[in-house]
Amino acid sequence: MEEAKKQKPTVDPNSAKARLGSIAAKAYSDCVEAKKRGELIGWCASNFPVEIPETLGLYVCYPENQAAGIAARGGGERMCSESEGDGYSNDICAYARISLAYMKLKEAPEQDMPQPDFVLCCNNICNCMIKWYENIAKELNIPMIMIDIPFNPDYEVSDAMTAYIRNQFWDAIHQLEEITGKKWSNERYEEVRKISGRSSRAWLEATATAKYSPSPFNGFDLLNHMAVMVTARGKLEAAEAMETLLQEYKDNHEKGESTFKGEEKYRIMFEGIACWPWLRATATGLKSRGINMVTTIYADAFGFIYDDFDGMCRAYANVPNCMNIEHARDKRTKLCKDNSVEGLLVHTNRSCKLWSGFMSEMSRQIGEECGIPVVSFDGDQADPRNFSEAQYDTRVQGLTEIMEANKEI
Amino acid sequence: MYTLGVDIGSTTSKAVILEDGENIVASSIVIATVGTAGVEEAVKNVLNFSKLELNDIKVVVATGYGRMNYDVADYKVSELTCHALGVHKEFPNVRTVIDIGGQDAKVISLAANGKMTNFVMNDKCAAGTGRFLDVMANILNLDIQDLEVEALKSDNPANISSTCTVFAESEVISQLATGRNIPDLVAGICKSVAVRVAALAKRVGIVEEVCMSGGVAKNSGVRNAMSKELGVDIVFSKDAQLMGALGAAIYGFKKL
Repeated sequence: MEEAKKQKPTVDPNSAKARLGSIAAKAYSDCVEAKKRGELIGWCASNFPVEIPETLGLYVCYPENQAAGIAARGGGERMCSESEGDGYSNDICAYARISLAYMKLKEAPEQDMPQPDFVLCCNNICNCMIKWYENIAKELNIPMIMIDIPFNPDYEVSDAMTAYIRNQFWDAIHQLEEITGKKWSNERYEEVRKISGRSSRAWLEATATAKYSPSPFNGFDLLNHMAVMVTARGKLEAAEAMETLLQEYKDNHEKGESTFKGEEKYRIMFEGIACWPWLRATATGLKSRGINMVTTIYADAFGFIYDDFDGMCRAYANVPNCMNIEHARDKRTKLCKDNSVEGLLVHTNRSCKLWSGFMSEMSRQIGEECGIPVVSFDGDQADPRNFSEAQYDTRVQGLTEIMEANKEI
Repeated sequence: MYTLGVDIGSTTSKAVILEDGENIVASSIVIATVGTAGVEEAVKNVLNFSKLELNDIKVVVATGYGRMNYDVADYKVSELTCHALGVHKEFPNVRTVIDIGGQDAKVISLAANGKMTNFVMNDKCAAGTGRFLDVMANILNLDIQDLEVEALKSDNPANISSTCTVFAESEVISQLATGRNIPDLVAGICKSVAVRVAALAKRVGIVEEVCMSGGVAKNSGVRNAMSKELGVDIVFSKDAQLMGALGAAIYGFKKL
């Protein structure tokens, strides 16, 4: 008997999901078109102030986003092995290895993007990125614009640090004007700032609806939607789509519905970058036990709200990997408490020594402060060889059993 | 009323039949990797010994890495919970359980009622697991049971500093080549496991009493080294290897 073909569920083209998916795809196609027109295009770090290229009317694409996409679609091992064959250590970030392989191969069926004419680097997310981008710049003989945002030992961003960053932002703007011939406009910047603020406000408000029980969304949705916050938060269509997302989540709450299918028995916070090569396995391990990952700092990290240029400087100095452990802990503790989290699942991400290094102590403090169990598992944001499904499953089941026992008290 | 707990580990399958959640009626340990043969034999053994049939068993609970593939089970529970329950029955005052199994090491915190409150497991590295000891016994041409005997003969344990199993293997071979005696090497290997797992235990927090469970607990070389590393006495059961299966049977009784 011929098996009935499974039909993909149709997605309403006006839904946030469809619109956000289309914006994320358009970020790549816009770059391709710009390159074809002869415009200079860039590769850009995810926490580089996107307002700068957006105001200048420059098209950029995001190697981290591309590497995540390649890894999620099964190309991580192939690309990492390619880089390792070229002499890059398997101890460095898998995003970097994939990106460096792509720079050489110039094609990947999982996610293509045009080759860069300049690179925009900002080390507020990690310092491995500096060497990664320097290698690209040297190999391709193209300019690299580097913004140094130091690790902040204080809770607030000082005036001196703001001035240090402000001067670098202006220097980056002037360099880009010289390289591309495009001109900065304060009026256009104001528009972009407002749009980026709209996107960010809607995004953060949408993620905050997880405070409702049940949460109106499956937390793994955020991992898809955040691509737009990384690549297009300064674009009007992104702001509008994020506002649609927020409205949908509010409607879901009103109707008692959720994109998390099945009963939401437990609510957890997920810590760390997603384990992209094993997204299905990590999601299924949770969903099959009725666990909804209701919040993660990884998603909220891409919401930037500020009122002026100096505010923008401070906002980019206030991203998760750039702040001290107490500040970072307090932000996460707030997320746990606001969203009634019952457990914390930590991805010990072999690619990200910085993030995984401080999580051992930080997660202990969060667990104590919130009175919740903390469980970690080994994995990698893009190299599939650093994950074991059976080991993950045992840890998640152990976490579930503690949360279940806690409910019985 | 009978419950059956089976613990399908990476190197052995264990089965325990429990009567009324209290009395162990039969137990069996079969050396076999994850799969159906080992567990089937272990279950056959306990049924034969107890003169019971599977129909006499009210609840079957599976644990261990092979639990998901054991379709006979009514419940599939992590070995974390099962070791906690098993140890609590044998030693009600225990608050920290160190379970070193074939492919992982776990440190479990228990509340006074035996409930698991927290746990930590080894990372992806094989160091600090039973597999590490298997590899080392193999290169020294010893049976795994002989490690304990050899370790006790040593008064100057070798320093095996590599955390990687493959590197540690090279280190042991190098020391053999330079004439280091077997007992000192074995004691060093046991100490290496203890140091690695003790670091895990310190992360979750040591609260006395401390118990070791799992097959490695029977090795006094590792147990003594662990006790020294942690600065606490360590209790253990002669049935340490059965704690997971026992806990599974207890879990089944609690579900009745």
